[in-house]
Order: sequence, then C-alpha cells, then structure tokens
Amino acid sequence: MRTYIVQRLLLSVPVIFGVSLLVFSIVRLLPGDPAIAVAGVHATPAYISQVREELGLDKGLHVQYYLFAANLLRGDLGTSTFYKRPVSAILLERFPRTLELTVAALLLAALLGVTAGIFSAVTRNSIIDGAAMLASLAGLAAPVFWLALMLQLFFAVHLGIFPSAGSGTIFHLILPSITLGAASAGLLARMTRSSMLEVLRQEYITTARAKGLSETIVIGKHALKNALIPVLTVLGLQFGSLLGGAVLTETIFAWPGVGRLLVDAILTRDYPVVQGTVLVLSVSFVGINLAVDILYAYLDPRIRFDVKGGAG
Amino acid sequence: MKTAVSSGTDRYREMRRVFRQLRRNRLSMLGLLIISFFLLCAILAPLLAPYDPVIPNFAYALRQPSPQHLLGTDELGRDLLSRMLFGARTSLGIGFISVIIGAAAGVPLGALSGYYGGKLDLFLQRGIDVLIAFPGILLAIIVVSIMGVGLENAMIAIGVASIPVYTRLTRGSVLALKEMEYITAAKALGLSDARIIIRHILPNCLSPLIVQSTFQVATAILWAAGLGFLGLGAQPPSPEWGAMLSRGRVFMRTYPFLTTIPGLAIFLVVLGFNLFGDGLRDSLDPRARKY
Repeated sequence: MRTYIVQRLLLSVPVIFGVSLLVFSIVRLLPGDPAIAVAGVHATPAYISQVREELGLDKGLHVQYYLFAANLLRGDLGTSTFYKRPVSAILLERFPRTLELTVAALLLAALLGVTAGIFSAVTRNSIIDGAAMLASLAGLAAPVFWLALMLQLFFAVHLGIFPSAGSGTIFHLILPSITLGAASAGLLARMTRSSMLEVLRQEYITTARAKGLSETIVIGKHALKNALIPVLTVLGLQFGSLLGGAVLTETIFAWPGVGRLLVDAILTRDYPVVQGTVLVLSVSFVGINLAVDILYAYLDPRIRFDVKGGAG
Repeated sequence: MKTAVSSGTDRYREMRRVFRQLRRNRLSMLGLLIISFFLLCAILAPLLAPYDPVIPNFAYALRQPSPQHLLGTDELGRDLLSRMLFGARTSLGIGFISVIIGAAAGVPLGALSGYYGGKLDLFLQRGIDVLIAFPGILLAIIVVSIMGVGLENAMIAIGVASIPVYTRLTRGSVLALKEMEYITAAKALGLSDARIIIRHILPNCLSPLIVQSTFQVATAILWAAGLGFLGLGAQPPSPEWGAMLSRGRVFMRTYPFLTTIPGLAIFLVVLGFNLFGDGLRDSLDPRARKY
C-alpha cells in the first residue's frame, strides 16, 4: 500500500508542474501585448510599463517562470489589479466558502443519490424504480443556472422559505447546495443502482438468501458493502467536479466563494486573480483525485496489485 | 483469422442489429424524437421564425404570450419564439462543432499514444493529465479567458475541454485492439502504421466514440449555455439560449417565461441526447453498460 501511495504521489508531481505551467501561460498567451490586456486599452504608457514590470513581462520566459514558481512556493500569488490586495489573502477568505458549499452539495447528492439508487435496484422495474431513474435523468439534464433560477422563483419568491441569494446562515446554503448537487445526485443514483444490481446477481448473495437471512440483512450488510466501493470512487470524483461547477452556482446565488471570484476576475481582466483561482481549484482537484485513488486502492486491493504488476 | 468487424457485409449486419435494438428501446426513441425536433427547428429556423430574432421592436417590449407572439417578447420587443428557433441553431451548432473539434484533436492523439506507446505515450498522457486537472467547465473558462469572450471562442474552448475524453477513450481501445491477431497479421504483411491505424484499428474503435460523442454533445450544449449565462459565450444580440436565460432573469418575477422557456429547451435537448446516448450504448457496446 505504501508503494502504491508513493507511486501515485510521484505521478502527481509532473501534473502539478504542468498545471503551474498552464496557469503561468494564462497571462502570457493573451492576444496582443499582455501588459495592455491587463492594464486596459485606455491605460497610460507609464501605467502599462508599470504593469509589465509588475508581471515580470520584461524578462525572458524562463526567468519569468522561475520567478512565478519561486513566488508560488512562498505562497505569493501576486496582487489583484482590481482589489489591490494580495491574491493569496483573497483566496484564503474565499476558498473555505467554496469548500463549504461543495461539501454540502456532495453530502446532499450522496444522501439522495445513493438512497434512490438502492431503492431503485431493490424494486427493479417497479414504479419507484422508474420514477427514481427519471428523476436522476432530469437531475443530469437540468442546466445548473436554470435549476437555480427555478428554485429561487419557487422557494424564495413564491414560498419565501429560503433566501434567494447571499450567505451567512444555514438557510442560505440550502438552495445553492441543491442546485450544485442535483447532477451528482442523478449520476450517483444511476451508478448505485447498476452497482447494486451487479452485486445482487452474485452467488454469495444467493447463498446469503439461501441461508435464510432477512432481505434487510442481505441488502444492508452483504450487498451494500461491495456495491458502494465503485460508488465511493465516483463520489470522490464528483467532489472535484463540484469545485468546477461551483463557478456557476456561486455566481447565481451571490455566494462569496472562488467560483464567483473567478468569473468576476475574467470580466474585469484581473489576471493575477484568474491565475490564483485556477491554480487553487486545479491543485485541489488533483489532490482530491489522488485521495480518491488511494482510498479506492485501500478498499479494493486488486487496484494496488494491478499497479504493482505493471498493468495500471 | 478473425477480425472484430472486418468485411462490409459484417458491418452492414452489425448496423442492422444496432438499429433493430435501438428501435425497441422506447426511451432512446424518445431521445431521438426530441433531438430530431430541435434539429428541425434549427434547420428550418429562417422559414419558421415569424419575426427577425435580432432587430429590436421597443413598441412590443415585454409582451405576454399571445397569438401574435406565441412565446411573448423580450425586453427589447424581440419575438421569443423566433429567438428560440435561431437559438437552437446556435446551441446545437456549438454542441456539434465543439465535439468535432474535440474528436478531431483527441482521437488522433489517443490513437498515436496507444499504438506507439513508449515515450510518446508517456509524454501525451502527462499532457492529458494536466488538462484533466481542471474540473468540468473550468478548462473551457480558462481557454475563453485567454482567447477572449465570444461564440467562436466558446466553441473552441469547449472543444479543447473535450480533448482529454476522446484521447483517453481512443487510447484505451487502441491498446486493446493492437494486440489482436489481425493487427499482428497486418503488420506482418508489411502494411504501413498509418494504414493499420486508419483502416484497421480506428473503424473498430468507433462504437465507444459514437456513444461518447452523443453524451459529449449534451455536455457541450450545457457548457456553452453556462458560458453564455456567465457572459463568456455568445454576445448580444445573437440568440443563444444560455445568454437569453441570463438576460431574462432580471424579469424573472414579472415575466418568468423569459427564463423558463430557454431553460426548458436546454433541459429537453440535453435530456434527448442523454436518452439517445443510453440507448446507443446499450446497443453498440453492451459491455460498457454501467450507469
């Protein structure tokens, strides 16, 4: 297991290096003069050259990357051209809010998705199964922003139960987390159903039933344990996807996380913030995927033996 | 020597089997019906649209649905039905073109990576790992932030964001196929690598690629609408469902149809592609039947 973890950690190093290169390129790849793109077309020549110097654009590319990487390792992500504050300080305020929303959405998706999936599999081809699968398809197809607006219209405007936007209380978290988690719930429901059906066909389940065990024990103890292993992996991967999905949800619900920060930064051409936000989101995603891989290998030993054997 | 799907007759037989199975799948047929409906709307938009979708007519601003304007008008007095019909062109266009971009780049990369292996594979796969490190729509947002906002750039951005899926899928299929006897025989006959890849390997990778493309069109439509909603995709006055929905939310309390209708259209078309994709997967690639 230790070898597997070390292997996976080593594989993440070039990925993180690549991510940092791509993030570094964001400003450098801007069409025309990147300094003008950042400073704005109406900026004075003096300000443009100041921006050029601040961003290190007057130096060679390798020197620029060296400075960028060195600053990054010190936790220095530059200064926001819009907020006039260090990007790292802004991210430290905003990222926990995104995590809060993402975790809430994931919990909700797991609760709804896995429960629906189990009931669907157990009552295969029944009305419950049909309804649950239809709902899961709807969850997958509903555009996040539309679902958000419909929830706002119904629960905030018509019923007045939940606040339509903002943050601060647990009630502010409910509509954004339903919005963000709906697609994941749909996917998890389908995944759980198919995984359960596969496990229920196994011989050891037939044996358990033949032994006279109650259906609750067969499903709850014997089937669920194995059926949930692949579901857990998808759940972990969904966590990462939700970080990306938070961009839309946060914008609609005025949630003060990094997703909304990123969209605002793109629209105000605040490139240091764009770079910092993209870096934090992608490195978190890589970290989550790594954790999921390790967890999966822990739960299913075949994975780590496959890698040792050179197949993976 | 047995090939996966070798002769023309075999392919024809296989296609007939797939269509037969697809026809029996009701949900898949419903998906196809929905897709066909929106495709017809997109193709016939200039004939079907009762008004110009772009030119404002302030005298008719914010009208409720009526016989003159079946779906009402927006804040600039433009007929919503006409904008929806032309919007189908934009949304489906983005969906198909970005999938073509993603596949055109991803499939050859995956084929080369899988076929040659070694350092090329290692290099390409680490590159793909980097692209995969950006969750969901984020990669598309990054590309748009570099290239600038707009419809064409959104299409390219979504296309670029779909490259990893195609590369991984093709690589996986090629890795399995290149070990098959008929490929070893083709090599022994002295056929060039290009010919082996194009004529003998890629045709047998098509099933999972077609299935993935169906789902990918749905994802591309969702992402394009998301970019449009954020103001990073299609720009005014061009009719695009995501952007229309975004503008309509200002009037959500008083004129909810301005948000409900474009949203419902996106929902239905994505549902259509997902349903059809499910059916296609079951018919073309039964082993891949997962969730």
